[in-house]
Amino acid sequence: MVAVMTELPGTPDLRHSLGDRRALRNTVLTVLLWVVAVGAAVPLVSVLYMLITRGGARLGTALFTQLPPAGLEMGGGFGNAVVGTLVIVALATLISVPFGILGGVFLGFVAPESKLADATRFIAKVLTGFPSILAGVFVYASLVLWMGTYSALAGGVALAVLMLPTIMLTSEQSIRMVPQRMKDAAFGMGCTETQAMLRVVLPTATPGILTGVMLAVAGAAGNSAPLLFTALFSNYWISSLGEPTASLAILIYNFSGMPFPNQIELAWAASLVLVLIVLAFNVLSRLISARRV
Amino acid sequence: MSVLDIARPATDYVAPQKTVAAAAIDARISEIHYGKFLAVRDTNIAIEKNKITGFIGPSGCGKSTVLRSLNRMNDLIPSFRLEGQVQFLGQDIYARNIDPVVVRRHIGMVFQQPNPFSMSIFENVAFGLRLNRYKGDYKQRVEYALRRAGLWDEVKDKLKENGLALSGGQQQRLCIARAIATEPTVLLMDEPCSALDPIATRIIEELMLDLKKDYTVAIVTHNMQQAMRVADTTAFFSVDISRGGRTGFLCEAGDTEQIFHDPKQDLTKRYISGEFS
Ligand SMILES: Nc1ncnc2c1ncn2[C@@H]1O[C@H](COP(=O)(O)OP(=O)(O)O)[C@@H](O)[C@H]1O
Ligand SMILES: [Mg+2]
Repeated sequence: MVAVMTELPGTPDLRHSLGDRRALRNTVLTVLLWVVAVGAAVPLVSVLYMLITRGGARLGTALFTQLPPAGLEMGGGFGNAVVGTLVIVALATLISVPFGILGGVFLGFVAPESKLADATRFIAKVLTGFPSILAGVFVYASLVLWMGTYSALAGGVALAVLMLPTIMLTSEQSIRMVPQRMKDAAFGMGCTETQAMLRVVLPTATPGILTGVMLAVAGAAGNSAPLLFTALFSNYWISSLGEPTASLAILIYNFSGMPFPNQIELAWAASLVLVLIVLAFNVLSRLISARRV
Repeated sequence: MSVLDIARPATDYVAPQKTVAAAAIDARISEIHYGKFLAVRDTNIAIEKNKITGFIGPSGCGKSTVLRSLNRMNDLIPSFRLEGQVQFLGQDIYARNIDPVVVRRHIGMVFQQPNPFSMSIFENVAFGLRLNRYKGDYKQRVEYALRRAGLWDEVKDKLKENGLALSGGQQQRLCIARAIATEPTVLLMDEPCSALDPIATRIIEELMLDLKKDYTVAIVTHNMQQAMRVADTTAFFSVDISRGGRTGFLCEAGDTEQIFHDPKQDLTKRYISGEFS
């Protein structure tokens, strides 16, 4: 049957051909896209490569157990800065996640069309593009001056200010993505608005919300500008939330400008550790959102 | 309703009173508006106990609107306004002191599009039980509801899987199981088979015939053969375009036999003979 058909006169030629202008244009565009994509990947890959070769040289347990060296001292590590970063980011997450999710619930479920929601959404969008140093200045003026000291707490609040809009807007998006018919089903079963929210809408939106949280965390962890005026730095292990606290971002900022090779090496190693922490959060968010059905 | 309406205590869950009347729902609707738009007028209909009442009629004639008025689902639409009474076992569900949330727990609903929750099959069926703080054996109730919905054999080995992973027909039966797990008095179904293939449709029709032993069912259907197959009573709705609007009304209701073989109204006769749809 097939053989007979191909022998019929006027059978169209279905084979590839570069002579055709349409096919040619298609090929040229494909090649161009590949070139651009590879070009975009070059700087990314080379940064990673430098981080791994220069930062990887010092990687070892000493980095995590020792304190930063002074001046011409050799060796040392940045254990206090790793702990400080984790503490500050954890504080920032604790502050921003409840406010962010509740804000998202308001924007996406309670009163999506209200004037207050429009205004909040607008401000949150503006704030996502807000220079991060301003978050530091804001917290310096409000919290640091009032407490009379730089502190991990102030650093956490500054990062929370940066994380809040991202978490709020991604929560709103994920809540809106919950299909209307699922909400109808919840009300049809006899849910109050609160029950529909807590039992159906939020659980359904959770993977998306968590992805937003992880992205916000990853963005905040590497940010040094807001910590300059808030957590400052410390050469010692953290002993309370109310004192200046070391962080990887500030350590990198300080050490990379020093004229001592040991500190410069440590700055590279700290960059690698920071990238690994951020990467871990990204992978975690991927894993969580992949659980969605 | 507002977010501040925190979960009402389960004690609101009053057992329906036994009445002698054979009607589970007795609706006397004079007008339903969406904002200024008069969607339905003059619709008096009784949903008899342990029977299946079918709503048929051309699209846009207000079948869904009337059905959703029977358990106050329409309250979720801000512009909705109803004039009249809907008696459920002797109580007017539109009276001031009635909580629509509680009404919906007694009058369950199955929607046109299958809409399971994004949770496990088990949790989908257990949802209403948890909502009502049921204290008994969840496993047993879930199994019973799934058996009644004719889904147990297909899902008994994967109760932990997400309900959304099922096929369309299975999802719809899951929604039926979810609705009957709390033993509502009445089950409202709005074109429950319109998104399903003919085999899944037949399964659900058999299911409805089985359910009417214990429940009262009202079903909207676009398919007259379906009404003939399952409904004991058929209500024919029509649209009145005489005054410039498009207002639906109940044209004729009666025994399914009578509606299809001896319609009293000319409009009914013309509709069932396929003159318009
Ligand atoms: N939420 C709503 N807001 C405004 N008008 C509506 C709404 N729902 C339905 N209507 C209108 O009410 C009329 C009846 O609709 P519906 O009850 O869905 O009809 P049917 O189910 O018989 O097809 C239609 O004219 C429709 O446009
Ligand atoms: Mg309809």
